[in-house]
Amino acid sequence: MNIVVCVKQVPDTEAQIKVKPDGSGIDEAGIKWVMNPYDEYGVEEALRLKEKLGGDVTIVSVGPARAMETIRTALAMGADKGIHIDDPALNDADAYTTATALAAAIKSIPHDIIFCGQRAIDDDSGQVGSVLAELLGIPQVTIVTKLEVEGSNIKATKPIEGAQLLIGSSLPCVVTAQKGLNEPRYASLPGIMKAKKKPVDIKNAAALGMTADVKAKVAKFVPPPARPPGKIVCGDDPAAKAAELAKLLREEAKVI
Amino acid sequence: MAKGVWIVAEQRDGAFRKISFELASTARKLADQLSDEVCAIVLGSGIKGIAGELGKYGVDKVFVADNPALEPYTTDAYAAAVAKIAKENDPAILLLGASVQGKDLSSRLVGKLATGMATDCTDVKIADGKLLAIRPMYAGKCFGEVVVSGSPQMASLRPNVFSIVENAKAGAVVDFDPGLDPAQLKTKVIEVQKDASGKVDLTEANIIVSGGRGMKGPEGYGILEELAAVLGATVGASRAAVDAGWRPQSDQVGQTGKVVSPNLYIACGISGAIQHLAGMSSSKYIAAINKDSEAPIFTKADYGVVDDLFKVVPELTKECKKLLA
Ligand SMILES: Cc1cc2nc3c(=O)[nH]c(=O)nc-3n(C[C@H](O)[C@H](O)[C@H](O)COP(=O)(O)OP(=O)(O)OC[C@H]3O[C@@H](n4cnc5c(N)ncnc54)[C@H](O)[C@@H]3O)c2cc1C
Ligand SMILES: Nc1ncnc2c1ncn2[C@@H]1O[C@H](COP(=O)(O)O)[C@@H](O)[C@H]1O
Repeated sequence: MNIVVCVKQVPDTEAQIKVKPDGSGIDEAGIKWVMNPYDEYGVEEALRLKEKLGGDVTIVSVGPARAMETIRTALAMGADKGIHIDDPALNDADAYTTATALAAAIKSIPHDIIFCGQRAIDDDSGQVGSVLAELLGIPQVTIVTKLEVEGSNIKATKPIEGAQLLIGSSLPCVVTAQKGLNEPRYASLPGIMKAKKKPVDIKNAAALGMTADVKAKVAKFVPPPARPPGKIVCGDDPAAKAAELAKLLREEAKVI
Repeated sequence: MAKGVWIVAEQRDGAFRKISFELASTARKLADQLSDEVCAIVLGSGIKGIAGELGKYGVDKVFVADNPALEPYTTDAYAAAVAKIAKENDPAILLLGASVQGKDLSSRLVGKLATGMATDCTDVKIADGKLLAIRPMYAGKCFGEVVVSGSPQMASLRPNVFSIVENAKAGAVVDFDPGLDPAQLKTKVIEVQKDASGKVDLTEANIIVSGGRGMKGPEGYGILEELAAVLGATVGASRAAVDAGWRPQSDQVGQTGKVVSPNLYIACGISGAIQHLAGMSSSKYIAAINKDSEAPIFTKADYGVVDDLFKVVPELTKECKKLLA
């Protein structure tokens, strides 16, 4: 089984996000970078498939030099090799451009199943997996919480509003991972040592035969609107406070 | 020249979902600013009869593909059908819902139409004759103003955020052939398991009553369910409660759960960790019940009660019942 996992390096969920004064981006000072949490589920699922069916797991990431740490993390978890696509022209890539780069890299290697996260928790766009599938001309099953591989087909569970779907697809296929798919393992110390020696190819856009063609651009970043200071309902009696809260919600906020 | 503001309406079991009317109303507003028309795409099987309903919300023309291969939804069939009609008509703007189906379909279309999209937008407007889409990023820790230079300019709209406005237009129904090639349909729905509770999904709920570690255990949620029943609300949870196994995964609100924007979010026994706040701070109103007056949730709350939730929540339920009677 030739398994590929696309991983993105993103700010840690603890990070406070500050917008640069000119709105051109976020202030990266002091940010701790981690693997996108949904991509961890992808890596874990890939490793479990490899353990069950044999084969090999390739990690692909588009990002600046620091993204190498995230590739190494995945290798330390147990993946076999990596492709690091590093090009300043791709730093502000949108979903289409990122997927173009990933597709170019993945086309040149055997791939039976490709995992992405259901979304990256920085841009929250949730597009790359599907665009990648389209560019590779293969099916997609998105937001998957359970996966079974049977020969050259998969069965995937996907929650939708008010129901769960069981979806069948042929391989090769892109699967985007949702929380619940598995419990990702931690990298072991020997794993971390071994990861240092695993091969990682570094490529730029030219080597992939592509140019960045950004079709959606964040023209301006803005901080979230400030919330007006709240009211704390005073008093000692829980019942009286509950009554006051109900009244505020009904008469002032008019939301109930 | 690309023309028209287009939407992909969403129906399930032969009825339009609310997001379809939100899309139509929003498209109308944009089209009026551009002096352009609104076209809708409706896909499914046996759905031609409902298509005209969209006229009520400002749609001029409804393109319908009524075809057995379009029921139930599959990415392959829907993306092929929408891409075909979009290529034939060259829309300037194409809007979809950021529902589970809309997210799956819209992102595949980005690939098929080789364009750009702003996902899960909370506002859209026209600036300099082009679409300007405003969307939360980093789960709402900041917002981005997105300009799409590709064509069509695509955006998906967060459910429940855009208002529904009646504005009757022709809603003329036109059939189109989705031109499906069975060989290209590689995925299929094997089974649909409906959630017996029939509860409204968190992403679509008007009111959310959410509980965290302060609920003490799965039984604790009984009082939240009672309050939710009175308010017509959906119950949500913090990750601490989900990871403890008290609530299902689908209930989690936050940066690695669902990002929600209800009219009212009532947080009970939730401290307000940054990952939780990220997922709910775009709610219109926030109320918090927590016994710790220093809990960070109070920095976001419009209304706060500092007390034991097991004493406050049942009383709140009683009061709401009285007020709503
Ligand atoms: C990678 C990552 C991703 C994460 N993603 C998410 C996410 O998406 N969503 C999320 O929610 N969290 C997320 N978290 C977890 C987050 O950091 C917090 O641990 C979690 O939100 C805490 O949940 P809580 O508020 O229920 O529990 P706690 O922080 O333990 O708070 C419990 C609160 O209940 C109050 N309380 C206790 N008893 C009572 C009582 N009787 N009456 C009134 N109040 C009472 C306490 O005062 C306290 O404030 C994530 C963490 C990581 C590392
Ligand atoms: N720069 C990137 N490098 C590798 N994979 C990526 C990158 N950006 C996005 N992805 C993959 O696509 C998923 C969805 O990302 P997004 O569409 O940006 O929300 C992520 O979880 C990754 O699996």
